[in-house]
Amino acid sequence: KRDLSQKSQGNAIKTYKYNPITFLPLNLFEQFKRAANFYFLVLLILQAIPEISTLSWYTTLVPLLLVLGITAVKDLVDDIARHRMDNEVNNRTCDVIKDGRFVSTKWKDIKVGDVVRLKKNTFVPADILLLSSSEPNSLCYVETAELDGETNLKFKMALEVTHRHLQEESALADFDGLVECEEPNNRLDKFTGMLSWRDSLYPLDADKILLRGCKIRNTDFCHGMVIFAGADTKIMRNSGRTRFKRTKIDSLMNYMVYTVTWGFGMALCALQIIVVLILLSAGLAIGHTYWEQQIGNSSWYLYDAQDSSPAYRGFLTFWGYIIVLNTMVPISLYVSVEVIRFGQSYFINWDLQMYYPEKDTAAKARTTTLNEQLGQIQYIFSDKTGTLTQNIMTFKKCCINGQRYGKLCKGGGGGGILIPAGGQVHTSSLSSNGKFLFYDHYLIEQIKAGKEPEIQKFFFLLAICHTVMADTSDGQLHYQAASPDEGALVTAARNFGYVFLSRTQNTITISEMGVQRTYDVLAILDFNSDRKRMSVIVRESGGHIRLYCKGADTVIYERLHPIGLVLSNLSNVFANETLRTLCLCYRDISQDEFEVWNKKFLEASLATSHRDEALDKVYEEIEKNLILLGATAIEDKLQDGVPETISRLSKADIKIWVLTGDKKETAENIGFSCELLTEDTAICYGEDTRQVKKKKKKKLKLKFPRTAEEKKKQSEKRRRAEAYKEQQQKNFVDLACECRAVICCRVTPKQKAMVVELVKKYKKAITLAIGDGANDVNMIKTAHIGVGISGQEGMQAVMSSDYSFGQFRYLQRLLLVHGRWSYIRMCKFLRYFFYKNFAFTLVHIWYSFFNGFSAQTAYEDWFITVYNVLYSSLPVLLVGLFDQDVSDKLSLRFPRLYVLGQRDLLFNYKKFFLSLLHGAVTSLIIFFIPYGAYLVSMGQDGEGPADYQSFAVTAASSLIFVVNFQIGLDTSYWTFVNAFSVFGSIALYFGLTFDFHSAGIHVLFPSVFQFTGAAPNALRQPYLWLTMILTIAICLLPVVAQRFLSMTIWPSESDKVSEIWYLGECGRCLFTGAGGGCPCTWQGWDEMGIKVPSNPSHFGIL
Amino acid sequence: MKNKTSVVPREGEAQPSRCPDNSAFKQQRLPAWKPQLTIGSVLSSFFLTGAFCLTVGVCLVLSANSVREVQIDYSDKCSNCSKLRENSSNWNKECHCSINFTLKEDILGDVFMYYGLQNFYQNHRRYVKSRSDAQLLGRNVNIQRSYCAPFSTYRNGTPMAPCGAIANSMFNDTIDLFYNYNSSVIQVPLLKTGNSWWTDKNVKFRNPESSNLSAAFAGTARPPYWQKPAYLLDEEDERNNGYVNDDFIVWMRVSAFATFRNLYRRLRRVRRFAEGLPAGNYTFRISYNFPVTKFKGRKHVILSTVVWSGGSNPFLGIAYLVSGTAATLAGFVITAIHLKLRKKKTYFQKQ
Repeated sequence: KRDLSQKSQGNAIKTYKYNPITFLPLNLFEQFKRAANFYFLVLLILQAIPEISTLSWYTTLVPLLLVLGITAVKDLVDDIARHRMDNEVNNRTCDVIKDGRFVSTKWKDIKVGDVVRLKKNTFVPADILLLSSSEPNSLCYVETAELDGETNLKFKMALEVTHRHLQEESALADFDGLVECEEPNNRLDKFTGMLSWRDSLYPLDADKILLRGCKIRNTDFCHGMVIFAGADTKIMRNSGRTRFKRTKIDSLMNYMVYTVTWGFGMALCALQIIVVLILLSAGLAIGHTYWEQQIGNSSWYLYDAQDSSPAYRGFLTFWGYIIVLNTMVPISLYVSVEVIRFGQSYFINWDLQMYYPEKDTAAKARTTTLNEQLGQIQYIFSDKTGTLTQNIMTFKKCCINGQRYGKLCKGGGGGGILIPAGGQVHTSSLSSNGKFLFYDHYLIEQIKAGKEPEIQKFFFLLAICHTVMADTSDGQLHYQAASPDEGALVTAARNFGYVFLSRTQNTITISEMGVQRTYDVLAILDFNSDRKRMSVIVRESGGHIRLYCKGADTVIYERLHPIGLVLSNLSNVFANETLRTLCLCYRDISQDEFEVWNKKFLEASLATSHRDEALDKVYEEIEKNLILLGATAIEDKLQDGVPETISRLSKADIKIWVLTGDKKETAENIGFSCELLTEDTAICYGEDTRQVKKKKKKKLKLKFPRTAEEKKKQSEKRRRAEAYKEQQQKNFVDLACECRAVICCRVTPKQKAMVVELVKKYKKAITLAIGDGANDVNMIKTAHIGVGISGQEGMQAVMSSDYSFGQFRYLQRLLLVHGRWSYIRMCKFLRYFFYKNFAFTLVHIWYSFFNGFSAQTAYEDWFITVYNVLYSSLPVLLVGLFDQDVSDKLSLRFPRLYVLGQRDLLFNYKKFFLSLLHGAVTSLIIFFIPYGAYLVSMGQDGEGPADYQSFAVTAASSLIFVVNFQIGLDTSYWTFVNAFSVFGSIALYFGLTFDFHSAGIHVLFPSVFQFTGAAPNALRQPYLWLTMILTIAICLLPVVAQRFLSMTIWPSESDKVSEIWYLGECGRCLFTGAGGGCPCTWQGWDEMGIKVPSNPSHFGIL
Repeated sequence: MKNKTSVVPREGEAQPSRCPDNSAFKQQRLPAWKPQLTIGSVLSSFFLTGAFCLTVGVCLVLSANSVREVQIDYSDKCSNCSKLRENSSNWNKECHCSINFTLKEDILGDVFMYYGLQNFYQNHRRYVKSRSDAQLLGRNVNIQRSYCAPFSTYRNGTPMAPCGAIANSMFNDTIDLFYNYNSSVIQVPLLKTGNSWWTDKNVKFRNPESSNLSAAFAGTARPPYWQKPAYLLDEEDERNNGYVNDDFIVWMRVSAFATFRNLYRRLRRVRRFAEGLPAGNYTFRISYNFPVTKFKGRKHVILSTVVWSGGSNPFLGIAYLVSGTAATLAGFVITAIHLKLRKKKTYFQKQ
C-alpha cells in the first residue's frame, strides 16, 4: 500500500540501453550471448594461438566483424533514437499546481501526488487519478494507441464528488485526499485503490485512471493527481525498453516454440555438422600423427627445432583442422536466415491482395521468425464470431412473452417492411436509423397500440440495460458500443420508439414513445465472459426499484423464478437459424432488500484485494428469481469468401477446427453455411464418443468432456485419474483427427487453448489459431502460429498474434502463397547453403591426404575469408527472397501444392544429408580433377604450373563457377536481380582476386597478400581453363540429368502444374476459363488429386 | 470491455492510407524468366557437351603425345654420392657423378630442363609458411617476428638471409648437360634466367638497396644448409644474384604436391642446337648436394618440350574423352527414358 506522503522517484524515464562508455562492452557482451557468435569467438581465440593457428587471423575476424558490426550499428541507431526519444519525452511540459497556481513543469520533474492539468491532444505524463474534467458527467476521452494499439476512443470517468468540487484552481490546490492503492504493476486494465477525502471513502478502479502514454481527446482539459510516476507507471512496468511487453514475451515464446520444431531442426543440423567437424578433425589428426612417424620425422627440411612427439603434433593438428574446417558451419548462415525472414515478412506486409480497403488494414507480420512454418500448417483452429462472421450484428427477431415476431425472410427485401426514419412508430428525428430492416408488421402495431406491458418492458430493457455511450453531433445521435451485440440491441430499441438519449454516472435518459424520462441508475452489474450477463438496477418513476438483466440463455435459465415463464426451446429454434440469442428478464426489488444488498455492494467495490471475485459474489445474490420477458435474436453474417477459403484450405489437407462459444445448433448451422459441413457428411456428436471410438466416422461434433474430467480429478486415486484423463485426451484427439472437420461448441477461452495444446501434444502437428477477440488470445498464444483478425472487438487478439489482417479470406493467401513460398525458399536456401559450404570446405580434407595431414589449406586465406560473405551469398540470398516455383495464382488454384510443406518434403534429414553428400561429391571433383591435371605438368611456356598458388587459384575458380552455376540451376524464378547477382558474384570474385594478387598490394602488405601474380599467371593458361571447364561440366551435368529424370519419372505436383501451365497451350486455355473454345479436355487429373472443375470459370481466384 | 467505444471522429487528422504500393517488386511480380528443363534443352546440353568434350579430349591427347620427354631418375645412379649425403657432417665435401643417355631422335623446338623431386612435402603447412616475404622484398625487417623460426637467426643474433625453411632447403644440385659428338664433348648451352614468373622476378623478390650486393647482405649470414651466401648464388650475372636469382625464385614458389618438377634451365638455341637437341649421346654432369634418401625421396632430371597445353600429362585428355563419352551415352539414355515415359504425360486430350 502506498499513500501520498510517501514520495517515490521522479517521473523521468530511461529507456536507452547504452551510454557512450558502456556501448562497446555491453553490446559485444549481448552479441556474444548468441551461440553462433560465441562459437566464432572461440574459433578466433583458437586462431590466436600460434601453435595451432592454421588460418590467418583475418579469415574469421573479417566475417565476424562484419556480422558484429552490422548488428552493432543497428543497435547503435536504435539506441540513439531511444536517447532522443527519452530526452524529448522527459522535457515535455505540463501544468502542475505549485504554490496554489498551475505552473508549466517538465515531465521529468513531476512527482507522485502532484495535481496536474492536462489539455486536449496532449499525452498523459504519468499514471494519473482523474479528478475532474471540463466535460459534463466528468467524462474524459482518451486514445490508447500507444498502449495497446487500439485507435478508438475510450472514456474515463472521474468520481462525481471530486468532479463537482475540484473544478477551480484554488480548490485543486487545497485538495488533500489520500489515495491507498496497489503496488505498481503491469496490468493495463486493472487498478484497485481507495480515495479517502473529507472523511469518506471512495472506491477507485481502472476507469478513473489515466495511464501514461494515453492521449487526451475531445476533452478541453482535465485535472488529475499523479499516482505512479516514471518507472512505476504501467506502461514502463510493461517493458523497460519497448512499449509492448506482451508482444515481446509472445515473440520470445514463439521463438522457443520455433526452436523446438523447425529451427531446432536447423540448429540440430548445425550441431551435427559440428560433430562431423570434430570427428573429421580427429581422424585427420590421427592421420597426421601417423604421417609424422612415417615420413615427417625423417624429413630434414621440416625441422622446426621443437622436439615434439608425433602424438603431440597430431593433437595440435586436431585444433588446426577445427579451425580450417570451421567454414562447414558458416558464420553468415544465421544472419542470412534472418535477412530472408525479414524480407518475407515485408512481402506479407506489402501484399496488396491482403489489404482490406474498407478498414484500411494491410496484413502485418508481427513476428518475423515464423514465415516458413506458414507453409507447414496441418491444423487450423478458428474462432467463429468475428473471424468467420463479420461481427456486424443486426436485430432480426424477438420473442416476447412467448410470442415470436420477425419472419424468416431470406429472399431479400421483398416481403419485409423497412422501418424508415421516424417511421410509423413515432416521429422524432432522434430515432432515425435509415438502414434498419425488420420483417414483421404485427409487432409494430402492437407497440403502437401500447396494450402489452411485456412488449413495453421488453424494449425499455433494451434501451436501459447496456453500457453504450451516446453522443450528439450535428444534431444526430450516435451510439458508441463496446460490443456489436449491444449496439444492435440499443439501435433496435431506438427504432421501435425507445430511444436511449444520454447517460450520466447515475442516470439514464430515454425517450419512451416520444416521452423523455430520466431514471436513476442505482447500480450497473457489469458484463464479463464468465458471468455472460449484465444487469442494471433502476428506480422507476413510481419509486419502486427494478433490476433488468440480459444474458445468455443458459445462465438466465438457472436464475429464473420457479413460477416464471419458460420459453421452452425457443432459443434453440433461433439457434438453428444461426442467430445469436439473448434472454431478457427483470425482477422487482423491495427498498429494504436493495438497501441491504447495496451495502454489501459498496463494501465489495471498496475491497482492495480480490475485488472482482467479491463483486461477482454480490451480483449473484441479487440476480435471482428473475422473470423472463423474452429473447432477442441477432444475426451475424458470414464474411466474404469464407466458404471458398475453407474448401480451398481443406483441399490443401489442412484440417479446420472451429472453436466457438455458441450453442451446438448454432455451431452446426454455421458449419453448414461456411461449407465446413456438407449435406453428405456424417456428423457424430461428442456426447456419444465412446460408441464412435471403434467405428470410423467421417465427421464429428464434440462437446468437450469437461465435467467428466473434473469429476475424475476430484477422485482420490489421482494417478489413475491422470492416466485416465490422458487416455481420454488421446482418444479425443485420435477421434477428432479422424474427422475432416471438427466443431467444438460451448468452449471457454481456456478450453480453446487446451484443445490446441492437446493437438500439439498428441499429434506433433503444426497448428495455427485464428481469432479476433480477447477470448481467442489464449488460443493464439498456444498455437505455433497465431493469427489475429483486426475486427470489431479491439486489438487484443492482434496484439498477441504473429500475423494479422482484416478478413478471414486472406488466410488462404497467407498460407497457400506466402507460407508455401517462404517454406520453399527457406528450404532451398538451407539446402544450398549447406551444400556450398561442404563443397567449399571438404576440399581441404582431400588435400590433406597429399600434404601430410598438416592442415594446409587448399585455398588462399583471403578466399576463405570472403567466400561466404561476398562470392556465394548474394545469389542464394536472393533465391531465399524471391524464388517462386509456381506463381501465386497457381498455388491458390492447386491447393494440393501445399502438401509438400506439411510432409516436410523439402528439408528433412534425408534432404539434409543429400545436400551434404552433393557438397562432398562436388568437393571431390573440384579437388581431384585439378589434382590429376597438375600432377606432372608444365605450363605452356615451360614454367612449372604445379605450384601451390596456381593450384589454389584453379580450385577456387572452379568452385566459384560451380556453386554459382548451381544456384543458377536451383533458381526457378530468374529476375534481373538474380542474373545480376550470379554473374556479379563471379565477376566480383575475379575482380577481387586480381586485386588481392596484384603487385601493389603485396608491396604494401607483403606478409598478408602473398599470392602476387598467381591469378594472372594461372588464368592465362588454356590448360587450366580446360581443367576448370571439365570440373564445372562434371559437377553440373549429373545434376541436370538427375533433375530432368526425377521430373520425368517421379514428377512432383508443382512440376506437373508448372509444366502444364508453361508448356501446354490447351492447359493454359482450360485454366484461364476462356470457355469451350479449348482444343482439348481434361484427362488424368485425378491421379494428381486435383478435382477437375466442371466449369473452370468457377475455379477463379477471389 | 466496458469503456470501449467505437470511433469518434477525429479532429482534423487525415490519416495516410496504409494501402501498400502496387509496385512489381512489392507485389513479387518482377518480370522473370522461369527456366524449365525441357527435353530439348537437356538433350542439346548433353550432346553438345559430349561433342565438345570429345573434341577437346582428342586435341589434348594428340598434343600431349607430341611432347618429347626424357626423364632420368638419378637418386640411385649416383649411389656413392647419395650415401655421402646421408651423413650431414659431409656437407662441404664435393661429390660429382655423370649420367649418360642417348637420344634416338632429335628433340626439336624449345627444350626445357627440369629437376623433379618425389616425396618432398613442399606443401606441408609448417614448411609453406616458413618464409618472410618482407625480407625477400629487400626490406630490413625483424625476421624474429616472421614465421621463419627456427631458421631466422643464429644463436649469436645474426639474421639468416634469406630466412625460413623453404629457403634453407633450397635445391642445390648443379646439373650440366654435355653432348658427345664424335668423341668430342660439347657443353650444351643452357639459359639460367627467364625461368620464373615476371611478377616474382620484378615484384616479389628484390635485393636490399646498397652499392654492391655483398654490402647489401652485410650483417646477415647464409642459411645453415647453404654452401654459400645469397650474394654468391650467381657470381656471373648481377641481375641473377641474391634474392633475384632465378633458381632461388623458382624454389621459393612451393609446389602443390609432394611430387613436382621445377624448371631449371632452358636450351639456348644457338649453333648446333638452333633446332633443338640433335639425336646422339649425352651426359648429365651432376654436382650432387641435395640429400633425398633420408626421407625416401627421389630426384629426377627431365628434358622436355612443351606444347600449347603444357607438358606430357595425359590425364586431362583422357578425362575429357571419358566425360565426353559419358555425356553422350547419358544423352541417349535420357532420350530412351523420355520416349518411354512420354505417353504417360498427357494430362489433357486433344479433341
